[in-house]
Amino acid sequence: MVERFIKKFYIYLIFLFLYAPIIVLIVFSFNNSKSRGHWDGFTFKWYFELLKDRYIMKALYYTVTIAILSSIISTIVGTAAAIGIYNMRGIGKKTLLNINYLPVINPDIVTGISLMALYVFVGLPLGFVSMLLAHVSFNIPYVILSVLPKLRQLPKDILDAALDLGATPSYALRKVILPQIMPGIFTGALLAFTLSIDDFVISFFTTGSGVTNLSITIYSMARKGINPKINALSTLMFLTVLVLLLIVNKRSDKESKERVI
Amino acid sequence: MSKIVLVLSLSLVLSIIFVGCGEDRPTLNVYNWGDYIDESVIPQFEQEFGVKVNYETFATNEDMYQKLKQGGNAYDVAIPSDYMIEKMIKEDMLLKIDMDNVSNYKYIDERFKGLDFDPNNEYSVPYMWGTVGIIYNTKEVDGKVDSWDILWDEKYEGEILMLDSQRDSIAVALKKLGYSMNSRDREELEEAKQELIKQKPLVLAYVGDEVKGMMIGEEAKLAVVWSGDAMYMMDENPNLNYVVPNEGSNLWFDNMVIPKTSQNKELAQKFIDFMTRPEIALKNTNYIGYSTTNKETVTMLDEEIRNSNVAYPEKDITDNCEVFHDPGDFLKVYDRIWTEVKAH
Repeated sequence: MVERFIKKFYIYLIFLFLYAPIIVLIVFSFNNSKSRGHWDGFTFKWYFELLKDRYIMKALYYTVTIAILSSIISTIVGTAAAIGIYNMRGIGKKTLLNINYLPVINPDIVTGISLMALYVFVGLPLGFVSMLLAHVSFNIPYVILSVLPKLRQLPKDILDAALDLGATPSYALRKVILPQIMPGIFTGALLAFTLSIDDFVISFFTTGSGVTNLSITIYSMARKGINPKINALSTLMFLTVLVLLLIVNKRSDKESKERVI
Repeated sequence: MSKIVLVLSLSLVLSIIFVGCGEDRPTLNVYNWGDYIDESVIPQFEQEFGVKVNYETFATNEDMYQKLKQGGNAYDVAIPSDYMIEKMIKEDMLLKIDMDNVSNYKYIDERFKGLDFDPNNEYSVPYMWGTVGIIYNTKEVDGKVDSWDILWDEKYEGEILMLDSQRDSIAVALKKLGYSMNSRDREELEEAKQELIKQKPLVLAYVGDEVKGMMIGEEAKLAVVWSGDAMYMMDENPNLNYVVPNEGSNLWFDNMVIPKTSQNKELAQKFIDFMTRPEIALKNTNYIGYSTTNKETVTMLDEEIRNSNVAYPEKDITDNCEVFHDPGDFLKVYDRIWTEVKAH
């Protein structure tokens, strides 16, 4: 009895620890005053101001667009690369894996500055394309690292079996390999999407001509104080993610039930 | 496989579409601090002049400098602070502004012309300004607050907030000792370091933007703050009062400049002129809550703000203040001092 209580208490404590900041943020998005310290009545004013604010809205649009495009592109490139690396042997494989680790452990600031230097050097104008390319390039290694373990879990002879049964290589890849490693691909895409939304440093240095994302918009408010509109926006984003998760869970619940039947 | 090809080509097409926002209206690239403009003035400028404005924001002078230094960006107007303008002029990164094309320049207060960082008013047009001082809780702090010394008073142990900014905190210590805040004398700086180390046990925290919430919530009794933020805090909590100490303090400016990268100097000048229009400056001042450099705008402000000696102190107070100079290589010395203070 006591043990069960402690188990429950422990779980709730962890959840509280994880969600308390978000709850505070949501509460203060309805605060009438600009301050984040004291409560001054309930209002929807920040939500209306947010919708009227064309710069935050534009930043949101760029953030989401870049996140979607860069996660799609890096997932495709990364998955292909992972399959390639998995089938390599010897020193070449080791080298490639290490090259792949480098961008992951390289500090963001180095990546950002070096990408900016590269773009300026080749004469690519800084803007949407340069930022998208930067996001694709820092996402690819993460996708590769998410997909490789799934490939290692494949039965060793599965590809040979498929080919023996008359599948063409491309058919085997599509119908046998890809479905098996799908969870890894999905994880990689999700990771890429989140990293892209989160990134400030690399984006700051590789963007230009009026293209900004939310991170840049929020960080640059640091001197004057973060405007409560951002609380409202974060609340909306949190709720969107929550709803998406619920939908995904419901669907997978349904699928597993159908399988049982 | 064809699906993948489809998705890939679709993404490519999409990205190309986004790039080719090729409007034939001239564009103006503006680079400003975050949340530092009334956003309705940009569409107004776009309509009036039939142009498109690309608006981007930065967080610190140093970030902005890096972006401009690297090239690859065609910013037409940027709004850096005083010492950074000095540095950019030194490094030949700015274009001269033809003041004949900035007809509203006449509205800028004489006090803010001919300052050290731009002595001949060739490169910059003032936008916002302010001071650094002490904000204190009148309920908790008795006696007259008029000197930096109070921040070393042991009576207020654990009730003092300092700025988490090396330049500002070292400046406070230098001023307390009666030296210039632009001092390059190693002995004076060493003394300032000792002062800050001595003060450390009294300091509750070295803070940035959190200072506002903490002072309004009465978590501390004294804090070093910028005047623009002081106005806001005093609005939220009537027990607070702000003062620029007698020893003098820092006077800061954010001015509009035209970087060398500008592709459209004419339009950049039009934008600067537009921002200096009294009624536009009024919109920006009311939104940001800092002090405007525009004489005409000051007369349009609410009486309470206009007469506030926090936002618009008398000339003798500002004359007693110093503007930061570009430290150049001396930055290393500041870095070292600050590290030693923080690590102590």
